[in-house]
Amino acid sequence: MDDSDELVKEFVTECNDYLDQLDRDILALERSPSDQEVRDSVFRAIHTIKGNCGYLGLSKLEAVAHAGESLLSRVREGEIAVTSDVVSVMLRVIDAVRVVVGHVEANGSEGEEDHAPLIRLISDLQKTGRIAAEQHAAVPTEDVAPRGPESTIRVDVDLLDKLMSLVGELVLSRNQILQFATTPDGAALAAVSQHLNLITSELQERVMKTRMQPIATVWSKFPRLVRDLTNELGKLVRIEMEGRETELDKTIIEAIKDPLTHLVRNAVDHGLEEPATRVGAGKAAEGRLLLRAYHEGGQVIIEIADDGGGIDIEGVKKRSIERGLLTPQQAVRLGDREVAELIFTPGFSTAAKVTSVSGRGVGMDVVKTHISKIGGTIDIQTTRGAGTTFRVKIPLTLAIIPALIVSSAKQRFAIPQVNLVELVLLEGEAAVRGLETVHGAPVYRLRGDLLPLVFLNAEFGDEQPDWRPAPGAPVNIIVLQADDQLFGLVVDEINDTQEIVVKPLQKRLKDIPLYAGATVMGDGRVQLILDVLGIAHRAHVLGRIHDTGSETKDGASDADGDLAALLLVQTEDNGRGAIPLSLVARLEEFPRSAIELVGGRKVVQYRQEILPLIDLRDALPERRLEPRSVAETNGGEVARVVVYSELGRSMGIIVPNIIDIVEERLEILSDTTRAGVSGCAVIQERVTELLDVQGMIRAADPSFFDRKRDAATAQG
Amino acid sequence: MATEAQLCTFFLGPHYFGVDVLGVQEVIRYQEMTPVPLAPVEIRGLINLRGQIVMAIDLRLRLGLPEREPGALPMNVVLTTDEGPVSLLVDAIGDVMQVDESRFAAAPETLEGLSRDLILGVYKLEEQLLLVLDTDGVISQGLVPGDDAGDGAQNSTSTPNSLPLPRPLESRYDDVQESS
Repeated sequence: MDDSDELVKEFVTECNDYLDQLDRDILALERSPSDQEVRDSVFRAIHTIKGNCGYLGLSKLEAVAHAGESLLSRVREGEIAVTSDVVSVMLRVIDAVRVVVGHVEANGSEGEEDHAPLIRLISDLQKTGRIAAEQHAAVPTEDVAPRGPESTIRVDVDLLDKLMSLVGELVLSRNQILQFATTPDGAALAAVSQHLNLITSELQERVMKTRMQPIATVWSKFPRLVRDLTNELGKLVRIEMEGRETELDKTIIEAIKDPLTHLVRNAVDHGLEEPATRVGAGKAAEGRLLLRAYHEGGQVIIEIADDGGGIDIEGVKKRSIERGLLTPQQAVRLGDREVAELIFTPGFSTAAKVTSVSGRGVGMDVVKTHISKIGGTIDIQTTRGAGTTFRVKIPLTLAIIPALIVSSAKQRFAIPQVNLVELVLLEGEAAVRGLETVHGAPVYRLRGDLLPLVFLNAEFGDEQPDWRPAPGAPVNIIVLQADDQLFGLVVDEINDTQEIVVKPLQKRLKDIPLYAGATVMGDGRVQLILDVLGIAHRAHVLGRIHDTGSETKDGASDADGDLAALLLVQTEDNGRGAIPLSLVARLEEFPRSAIELVGGRKVVQYRQEILPLIDLRDALPERRLEPRSVAETNGGEVARVVVYSELGRSMGIIVPNIIDIVEERLEILSDTTRAGVSGCAVIQERVTELLDVQGMIRAADPSFFDRKRDAATAQG
Repeated sequence: MATEAQLCTFFLGPHYFGVDVLGVQEVIRYQEMTPVPLAPVEIRGLINLRGQIVMAIDLRLRLGLPEREPGALPMNVVLTTDEGPVSLLVDAIGDVMQVDESRFAAAPETLEGLSRDLILGVYKLEEQLLLVLDTDGVISQGLVPGDDAGDGAQNSTSTPNSLPLPRPLESRYDDVQESS
């Protein structure tokens, strides 16, 4: 490479460093105008830039930098006060320099922009801005104070990548040797292995460290961003940072830059209120935006917290219903937190009129997608009137990840542990009874919730129409998280956990949605890394339990008309009612004598708990034929109960009779809703009322859904 | 002298093939492979080549020839590609042949059950024909589309959790909103 090319490259890198520093320093100067150290630092930076461009013959750049320098020198001498105008002009100078440097980097020219107006503006400002008192600080006459030794070095990322992959191979050979070490004659080898083990781990850690960068590299852009935004929006915002030195892998830093910028912009734009509104609400006129970063359990947590108005839960609900993301019935069911999460739903917010709902959410779904791409998660905490906190959790590094090793179809696979929730082993009797089917789809009841199951063997196309394992064979269920939903992956065997080095697959294999990559194991064999979300999509488990049929109106509006599985029950006057099967946890029969009355409500003892009961006749009084006492005897000795469970709480509905389970494409004929009924449809050529189970439960126990997260101690 | 070419040659049943020697990284004996369920049939599996993961394409299946007899172990001709090494599984390895480009001709009409699409042409040698393989074609497209190939293409954009590897981010959020 040409010498002068090298020089230009160096110049550009150096300039960019100085420009970033100037951004920070000038904003710091605005806050504390009398800080002599900052003044010097600002002056020194612009002076150095100017000096370098003279050296390289960049005359345009030199002119701009010179104008900036002369303004700054007067600021430094105290001849001009640091007003907001001066700061804005200085920021414009930095921007202009940045533009030219960008051109130089791209093609060696200085670009076409005309910087004369800016230079004129600066000289005007210097003339009119001479208001400050002649204040003489004892400034060293030396223009450039000596800089301290560099505490960091630049390393080529390609080189680092290579180093990293070498270490990856080293880890693999270590694993191989560790396997030998278990052979009987391996005493000496064991010692060597242990040493190698230590060295490798340390080397791995060190090399990873070289890739680490403080989060401040991303954050340092934010004060400027916030200043520009607040000026534009007429708001007052103070930005605070905690944990600037928290380190992350360079690739992750790159990957979170855009999502974080978006979150900050969002907080200023939608989260924090206008000064007047804030004062009206009894808060300080100046809003506070707090960025925090810290390590927790092998992950890095980044919080973006504002003390603004919080998310308007009702507004989000309304909007989601408008956009068809939610049905009114669902909306009532959801907790505040779940509602807030809706802003991450694709299609929740398009660019139009976002602010009118105080909604956040332009592209929030993309923020979430990008964060999950690097194995991270994001959640929200919001309190109306008090503010919103976004918490982003991301892994420290991407190249080496902990994984669970499993076997299926006589082959081993790795599952990234970031997706792993828990492991369930069913043996003996439990293996036979634990697996159930809800409408043909295998499920497992995990603490009261239905967990859809995917059989890995079946996904691989092994001829296994009967997914049930052989009687007595243990069943291994890996509970995995995909897109906020849990599902169980059934594998033949669970082997081990290991740190694996992720390697990408070739393009032709990337098209198979089941794999996220491959790795080499201790025995030298290649293993495929399973893509949890891809498997879930392929097996169509996502949304199966929750969506299918549970929202009848969704089903109707859907052009394709998803089939809805319904439980048909008889009402007392021989009419028909339908309950979405997805809401049914279990069907039970109790002897009528077992039903007790506690505090005016019917309950039955059920699985060591007390199950509150609703009688369908009470919920639909107009359907009742005879007086209750007569009906009680008519109903026979057995009460048929549809059990509804949600997050550990259950409620039973006594129905006169259960007719059938059907799968229908629902067409809602009438929306007429009344208590307990959410609509009408024709099912099996008969008009059938769609029963609003949640509504009934709410009518019987208004707090049922609020307390659903509590432990499963049902009350009488 | 510029009309000479060097070809790495190998055998597949009765056929004699060659690929440009500059595109060949190495030739190795049979390696254990990890099969990839749901992959196109001609992709026999993945090989660990000193820590690198190499996809192995069975050239017999790719070219529509009958399968190798059970027990007969193929050899690996490892090619360098933009996406890293790819191995072609062949029956046996021949010599590196120096050929005169003037002897190059289009592939004949009759090629005993071989699809001509993947043959760039032939060299007419003294004893036999040397078929020049279109390696790009062999590697890039599939013979048999994998199960749910369409699904896969769709999913590759909609599996945010999938690949725990860094990918460049789209810089403008609003533009990419439609895609998810």
